[in-house]
Amino acid sequence: MSEPGRRKRKNPILRTRVPLLPPSGRSRIALGLTAAAALGRFELQVCAACGTVQYPPREACHECLCFDLRWQPQSGAGELISATVLHHSHDLYFRDRLPWRLGMVRLDCGPTVITHLHSGVRPAPCRVRVVARLDKAGQAALVSIPDGYNISEMAADMVNDTQLREMTCDPRHRRILLTDGKTLLGQALAAALVSAGADIVWVGFAEPWKRPPGLEELEKLESVTLVPLDVTNSDSVKSLGAELGAQVDILINNAEAHRPYGIAARPGLDAARLEMDVNYLGLLRLAQEFGPAMRSRGADGQASATAWVNLLSVFALANFPAHGTYSASKAAAYSLAQCLRAEMQPAGVRVLNVFPGPIDDEWNQELPPPKLTAKTLAQAVVTGLRDGVEDLFPGEVAQEWLARWRGDPKVLERELAMSR
Amino acid sequence: MTRPRQVGYDDLVVTTPVTIPYVRHSIRGAHWFVAHALRALLEGSSLHKSDLDGLCLSSFTLAPDTAVGLTQHLGLSLRWLDHIPMGGAAAIVALRRALRAVGSGDAAVVACLGADTNHVDTFRATLGSFSQFARDAVYPYGSGGPNASFAFLTAYYMRAFGARREDFGKLCIAQRENALRFPRALFKKPLTMEEYLNARLIAEPLRLFDCVMPCAGAEAFLVMSRTRAQDLGLPFASVLATLERHNSFPEDPIQTRGGWVLDRGELFARAGVTHRDIDFLQTYDDYPVISAMQIEDLGFCGKGEGPEFIREHSLTIDGTFPVNTSGGQLSVGQAGAAGGYLGMTEAIRQVTGRAQGTAVPHARVGLVSGFGMINYDRGLCCGAAIVAGPR
Repeated sequence: MSEPGRRKRKNPILRTRVPLLPPSGRSRIALGLTAAAALGRFELQVCAACGTVQYPPREACHECLCFDLRWQPQSGAGELISATVLHHSHDLYFRDRLPWRLGMVRLDCGPTVITHLHSGVRPAPCRVRVVARLDKAGQAALVSIPDGYNISEMAADMVNDTQLREMTCDPRHRRILLTDGKTLLGQALAAALVSAGADIVWVGFAEPWKRPPGLEELEKLESVTLVPLDVTNSDSVKSLGAELGAQVDILINNAEAHRPYGIAARPGLDAARLEMDVNYLGLLRLAQEFGPAMRSRGADGQASATAWVNLLSVFALANFPAHGTYSASKAAAYSLAQCLRAEMQPAGVRVLNVFPGPIDDEWNQELPPPKLTAKTLAQAVVTGLRDGVEDLFPGEVAQEWLARWRGDPKVLERELAMSR
Repeated sequence: MTRPRQVGYDDLVVTTPVTIPYVRHSIRGAHWFVAHALRALLEGSSLHKSDLDGLCLSSFTLAPDTAVGLTQHLGLSLRWLDHIPMGGAAAIVALRRALRAVGSGDAAVVACLGADTNHVDTFRATLGSFSQFARDAVYPYGSGGPNASFAFLTAYYMRAFGARREDFGKLCIAQRENALRFPRALFKKPLTMEEYLNARLIAEPLRLFDCVMPCAGAEAFLVMSRTRAQDLGLPFASVLATLERHNSFPEDPIQTRGGWVLDRGELFARAGVTHRDIDFLQTYDDYPVISAMQIEDLGFCGKGEGPEFIREHSLTIDGTFPVNTSGGQLSVGQAGAAGGYLGMTEAIRQVTGRAQGTAVPHARVGLVSGFGMINYDRGLCCGAAIVAGPR
């Protein structure tokens, strides 16, 4: 048998499968599991009064009837107590993918959970690790993987498990469009994707008369092809969309314009207009030209369209006044990305929003460290795709912002105003 | 927790078991099957519709109606009404409620009725919305329905207690043998061990003949006072004792026992009979593993000794320890909530000498067991009743 996920020539007389989704209905309380899984975390409700861990999600503690149930991270360690392989399913999505392995796991923290089951897990009873991932419907799904593994560090044969591959977006064997190869980050991303096993990486570059350093090395990589793409030019986006739209499995939009200063320090609209044109309207143009084709290929064999990645900024969550107009353009892009996510959902194509802290480039020159290197960020994006997360906050700065923002957005706003 | 003192069921009886013949699929609504069962109850008891003043109803396919809607739909004016959505335990629970209603004088004649239709897509459509936990934490995992749930329980049971596929096969084959004597059974051909073992895989280790076949149909019976039944000249059975338990062992990692364990001693003590006096057992049998569990938990053998018990008995009508004398749901079909009533109507027929082709010789005392509602990872409702015919 060939390696799962390896691209084979498509039989041209067969109909491309229509994307189907696993059952997406969930109670509101169960969406807490999804919210954590979007970040790659496995969290369960824990009773604040007696500490009992709850599952399935519920409105009150089954031990003491306390209502204060808090979502808290879990290790996922447990014992596989029973397993089955489905050869019949009542749902069309699973029917297309039979046989399907399932496991019942007694977590060390208490509850019994029903999970998808990685093919590397030995017959019950055995130790496993339960992780939470997003399934094709964008809802949390628990997966039992062999004890002692991390998905993003799994070897190729393990990460290519057919069930896991439904819930992750590993770049291996995918065809990827990267929208800007002229920046440090773009070049680092291209190199990271190539070494992650991507079949083809198309790298966009605008204004071909400018040849920034690094572009030549990029061109030498075997699976990299440079393609003309200017996200501020509708015709350019349209033309590339017509050429490549039906082939792109993963689109990574890293094109961005970034100028420091807020409102008072920079008169006129030129900088702000450029930022909006690239960061917001650029995304919109790409979404209009590439979105529909990717939506139609959500279940196109073993290497279907799988993910759309937006390089946003942690400043999209709350305005960083020192980079005020940039923050505003990233906030606009973030909002649009949520719309895109809703529209890609019926096809099972994941929209991964990346919220990095400041990158160590010329536009963040006067910001203090720690700053992300392009290479670190590029590797984080690849890991995020392998992990199948939906929101990614790479680096210490982004993680700290996330914690502060989740704690209280208003407090964060004041802190940022005071930091000027 | 101290055990409440239970009042007995003296002077109360159960009578007029009716079965509306099952069909694999029907274009009729559940209301049609309820009406048929009701009519059969009245014809069988010579009662008029206005004599009926209580109704206890179980159905999965009545939506958006409940038992309330049925009163108007079928023109029933009642003074006592209950809706029991407890699946395989519904008949036991309905019987318990109805006995109390008649015993206390809240109602004179209560119809207990399980009925469901089965359109071509009904079964699939009900799975995703079966319960909040099922929708949140089971159905998104492969959407196997009860097959997957029982595959987990069966695989675990086999590993823990040394049960073999052949043991479950013997139970299924014995029930099929019984079903060949029950004209209303949907399965009419004998089942061989080879066919059982090599049938299509459904959810490992379960294969096709481990799984009930959903169908449409209805089952019902009446509860009334002994004097009323005698006045009407109806054959009747007494209810010696009953039990009911819900969510009994939440701390068990996976279900290997049910609530029967907690009350079986009292059940037999109050009934004044021993296990040796039981002439036949009707289990709730949507999958054979749960029948084995009921045989153990009702005390016919120890925990984990079910497989050995199955090997030692013929389980057929004429043999030792008859189980599911109609053929059970595995061979008759699972008519939704009526599946929970199948064992009860068959037991009443047995102890009142009306079982015809399936009659267990000299059957006087029968045990009916109910099990239902896989809300998440296990069945929550357990029930049992010991019924007896005239000496």
